Amino acid sequence: MRHLIDPLDLSKAEAQSLLELAMRIRQDPAAYQEVATHKKLATLFYEPSTRTRLSFEAAMLNLGGHVLGFPSDIVSSATKGESVADTIRIISCYADIAAMRHPKEGAPLRASRYSRIPVINAGDGGHQHPTQTLTDLLTILTRKGRLENLTIGLCGDLKFGRTVHSLIKTMARYEGVRFVLISPEELRVPDYIIKDVLQANNISYTETHSLEDAMPELDILYMTRVQKERFFNEEDYVRLKNSYILTREKMGLAKPDMAVLHPLPRVNEIALDVDDDPRAAYFEQAQNGVYVRMALIMMLLGLTDPKTGKEVSLC
Amino acid sequence: MLNIDEIQNGIVIDHIKAGTAIGLMELLGITEKRNATVALIQNVRSQKNPAGKKDIIKVEGDYSWLNLEVMAYVDPDITLTVIENGKVIRKEHPQRPKRLVNIVKCNNPRCISTIEEACDQIFELSNNGKYRCIYCEQELQVKPE
Repeated sequence: MRHLIDPLDLSKAEAQSLLELAMRIRQDPAAYQEVATHKKLATLFYEPSTRTRLSFEAAMLNLGGHVLGFPSDIVSSATKGESVADTIRIISCYADIAAMRHPKEGAPLRASRYSRIPVINAGDGGHQHPTQTLTDLLTILTRKGRLENLTIGLCGDLKFGRTVHSLIKTMARYEGVRFVLISPEELRVPDYIIKDVLQANNISYTETHSLEDAMPELDILYMTRVQKERFFNEEDYVRLKNSYILTREKMGLAKPDMAVLHPLPRVNEIALDVDDDPRAAYFEQAQNGVYVRMALIMMLLGLTDPKTGKEVSLC
Repeated sequence: MLNIDEIQNGIVIDHIKAGTAIGLMELLGITEKRNATVALIQNVRSQKNPAGKKDIIKVEGDYSWLNLEVMAYVDPDITLTVIENGKVIRKEHPQRPKRLVNIVKCNNPRCISTIEEACDQIFELSNNGKYRCIYCEQELQVKPE
């Protein structure tokens, strides 16, 4: 049985297979509407989420399956002090697969060690968010036609932005990828990403405070929100929240085929007038999130792809 | 000059970073073993150590209860000398263990291991030679000081 806890839990070949399946689903979603009949997805969200939870639920419903779960820790046994290990043991009796979001880093990994069903990390604190990464990959692939030889700018909260950490770890596996890390000093990429991922693999990267300076060289601009919920100190949040705002004027500095991604929700880091720019890919990205989650559920459950007639699974 | 008898049978833990042996004794389990014959020598002159001083721990008799695995995690320069009948039988640098289980705690307040009941504290050796918590990947910085 496989889980998806860290983006690197999938080999490059497995990620490729998953993206190809997601592309097939994207082309003809109706063909997949009964592949998960009688299967149940549990969404265990200890932290509020709109997009990710609904995206998982939409994915399972699109496959003809069912969903159960809780949308926050307030309505779960966590308030009674139940451990993650105990909760997943119980959920294993009720569902076929689980997606877990938790404010504490490593909670889904802890759950996977006690689970009898596949566990998907739907975001753990400021740590990892592998299904968002798969969503990002599908969006980059559909926009640029490749995952290699790209200059990727990541902008905003690179310290607590789990989507950023997952994306760097994953994209670092593709040849010719270069990163431009744009953040205030206080929100730089954590040391373990720099040392263990970028430097350890001789990946080219630069760190800068200036979005404007970086814009002309980027193939992808990945914007992030400064997340209020990650700060212990309100003053730090207020000081840093408006560090970067992408405007139509700044878009004028970018390549004509650059793509702007954002894991959403946004607050004010992308001005509304950028939405009409054809390079804005973030709403398309949200749609892709459903397709990759459909593909992931199919692969973790070993379901049959109606387009090929073959069972899809992770090696 | 401080004189401490040579041991006939036992182990000498040498070249410990000066000032850290008391913390190391706790990790090794010495502080719990009240009936063991142990000598702690702190801040002895040392030409080999860049700081010019070191700590030494000597354990007389059976030492099989020592948790020697933690040694290399604390300080890879430490040497172990095994003595039998007054003679040096073996001298070695301990190998760094691939994982540390319930030896030190993760100090990242965002880590699940800080709140989850009965959660083992596990650190694994990463590519760059640092130990990282398997849950949150934070680098281990705790040293016995």
